[in-house]
Amino acid sequence: MELLDALALLANFVIVPAIAYGAQLSLGALGVTLIFGILRFANFSHGELMSWGAMSTILVTWFFQSAGIGIAPFPTALLALPFGILSAIVIALATNRAVFRFYHRQHSNPIVFAIVSVGVMFVLAGLIRIIIGPDDQTFADGARFIFTAREFKEATGLDEGISIKQTQVLTVVVAVAVVAALFWYLQKTRGGKAMRAYSDNEDLALLSGVDPDRVVMIAWIITAMLATIAGTLYGLDKTYKPFIFLQILLPIFAATILGGIGQPVGAILGGFVVAFSEVMVTYAFKKFLGYLGPQDWAPDGLVQLLSTDYKFAVSFIILVAVLLIRPTGIIRGKVIL
Amino acid sequence: VSLTSRKYLLYGAMALLLVFVGFYQSWNVAFGILNLCIVSAIMALGVNMQWGYAGLFNVGIMGFTALGGLTAVLVSVPPVGEAWRAGGAGIGYSVLALLATIAAIVIARRLVPRSLRLAVTVLLMIAGWFLISEFFVPATQAIEAIDPAETGYLGGLSLPIVLSWPLGGLVAAGAAWFIGRIALGLRADYLAIATLGISEIIIAVIKYEEWLTRGVKNVTGLPRPVPYEVDLVNADWFVSLTGWLGAPDVADAASLFVKICYAVIFFIVLAIVMWFAERALRSPWGRMMRAIRDNRDAASAMGKDVTARHLQVFVLGCATCGIAGAMLTTLDGQLTPTSYIPLRYTFLIWVMVILGGSGNNWGAVLGGFVIWFLWVEAEPLGAWFMHTVTWPLPADSSVAQHLVAGAPYTRYLLMGAILLVVMRFAPRGLIPER
Repeated sequence: MELLDALALLANFVIVPAIAYGAQLSLGALGVTLIFGILRFANFSHGELMSWGAMSTILVTWFFQSAGIGIAPFPTALLALPFGILSAIVIALATNRAVFRFYHRQHSNPIVFAIVSVGVMFVLAGLIRIIIGPDDQTFADGARFIFTAREFKEATGLDEGISIKQTQVLTVVVAVAVVAALFWYLQKTRGGKAMRAYSDNEDLALLSGVDPDRVVMIAWIITAMLATIAGTLYGLDKTYKPFIFLQILLPIFAATILGGIGQPVGAILGGFVVAFSEVMVTYAFKKFLGYLGPQDWAPDGLVQLLSTDYKFAVSFIILVAVLLIRPTGIIRGKVIL
Repeated sequence: VSLTSRKYLLYGAMALLLVFVGFYQSWNVAFGILNLCIVSAIMALGVNMQWGYAGLFNVGIMGFTALGGLTAVLVSVPPVGEAWRAGGAGIGYSVLALLATIAAIVIARRLVPRSLRLAVTVLLMIAGWFLISEFFVPATQAIEAIDPAETGYLGGLSLPIVLSWPLGGLVAAGAAWFIGRIALGLRADYLAIATLGISEIIIAVIKYEEWLTRGVKNVTGLPRPVPYEVDLVNADWFVSLTGWLGAPDVADAASLFVKICYAVIFFIVLAIVMWFAERALRSPWGRMMRAIRDNRDAASAMGKDVTARHLQVFVLGCATCGIAGAMLTTLDGQLTPTSYIPLRYTFLIWVMVILGGSGNNWGAVLGGFVIWFLWVEAEPLGAWFMHTVTWPLPADSSVAQHLVAGAPYTRYLLMGAILLVVMRFAPRGLIPER
């Protein structure tokens, strides 16, 4: 019983939240890694692209909610998601056409790209704050929990409960579906193969007749799609707030680099490693160890490595550690010079 | 137009803009903008040293600015004796525990075989962590419990705040040395991501280590290097001076006088930093830096120690940002950790350097002035723009109200547009490198 209680406690406060967060980070990191692989630069505007997609979804959700259209018990945002994706694709292709294409044709230095992406970040941040405002927005509706901690306790007779929010399950299901579709596309279709070839060896791909503009366009479309889904799921799970998206960029970069740049599998792996470390390092293991130890015993301190205030710092520490110890990442990614 | 006359022309235009604001808005506004222009210019000089001289892509400016600001607090506020008595010893023991841990790791790494090195290091780090927490957690709790509404931190040294400007530079330099040792070996865009992360960690520490910084409770009412308005209004010499000058409102004149005082001191600092920066750039050291930037392999083959030079210029640039950060906190009279966001304190400075002209100190300073001016004036301009585009709508329409409320954020749009246009059409900036 004690052991099961300990596991339930861990599942409720560490495993379930970390899986949902990890799925969101993975989707974000996949977008960054694709752009890193194809255009070969660190896209600082990716967070704002996520924010833009989520914002569009929210606006359409509000419209649906006011019109009384819904798919209860699922959140209306799911219905609005395709429109948000469309809007993000439009904005991604527009920035590519207006900004990035010029530098891509010039074969500019990655730093120039990164600086330009800062400009795009500024523009998108301004537009988003003008359109939706800088404040918290709630848009989640539908059933809140699959089952609550109390229901779990009553069903199993344990002292500790596990509650699972609907958004958490939704996050994981959507993420798995999207990743499966992405891998199918990358492995099996002509466009996906062209993308991988271009990412591996640009010159050789060009010689084989791969159209670079087309590859870049597809990369942006996929990135915008992933970014919108990640942003919306994050907003549903936690809350939508424009300034969060510059902060979340860092765990996403950490996941990308940890997994190996340009490696889709690595991005997913990295997302989960970052999410689990963030949650575990800031979790107080006092009660958990109390269950495992002898009867009526509990550790003196909280057994917490870092206070929750430093949640974001964890991903930076991982990032710096990876950059120093193994800059190519878990799955050997490319080191673009 | 030659480069020199272009320089004078642009600086003249900038001065005219400020005079224009002085006449049409008020001189108080104009000097308010000028003061922050000067601080921005110093930060831009710091970034220009790293990016313009040496090609280092540091997007951690915010962290070093905040360290300067923290130094301003720790130098100037009075110490809290009770807090020192409650937790000073505990903090001392934690520092000793930290030193002991570091020593243990260093010694252990020498003794154990290579294969075990990483495992032993990690184990010792975890053990050290718990050892430090043993002293640190109770000490900080004791300190934070003392009069939390008023103090709840250790306080500072009660020294003149101007002293914190060079000290802020030193603190930032120390942090930069440590960070540079770790991160400078990285490729350019990795360095950017790493420094962005490190600056967020610095802000997190300042926000949450309340025993040291008072955290989000902010430290307000820092002592000033210039007179206070209330004293001026009551001083005979000042009242008679305003009467002789024919100023209509004494309170207004007092606030303007304070701003002019700041402007004079800040200008002196800017002039000193600029003099050093120009001397360095024109010296053999400056030529070596540019050689490393343009072709590090060739410079390395010529026997230049690239890593050491990068570290050197990284430390110098960060120190400059630390000085500016301390000045900024002095001007504000308070430290508010939540106000440090990368868009304002890192990326905006980058826009300044890119617009002004990377590699040219005069360009960086001009960029600091122009961008800060636009950043401030974008708000009234944005409001005017929003009112203009929404005039066909009825005044109570929610769309119009929403757009007008969003006016302050047109400054983000403007900054992004400037950065994109400069990068595309004039990548060398307003005053290009010679």
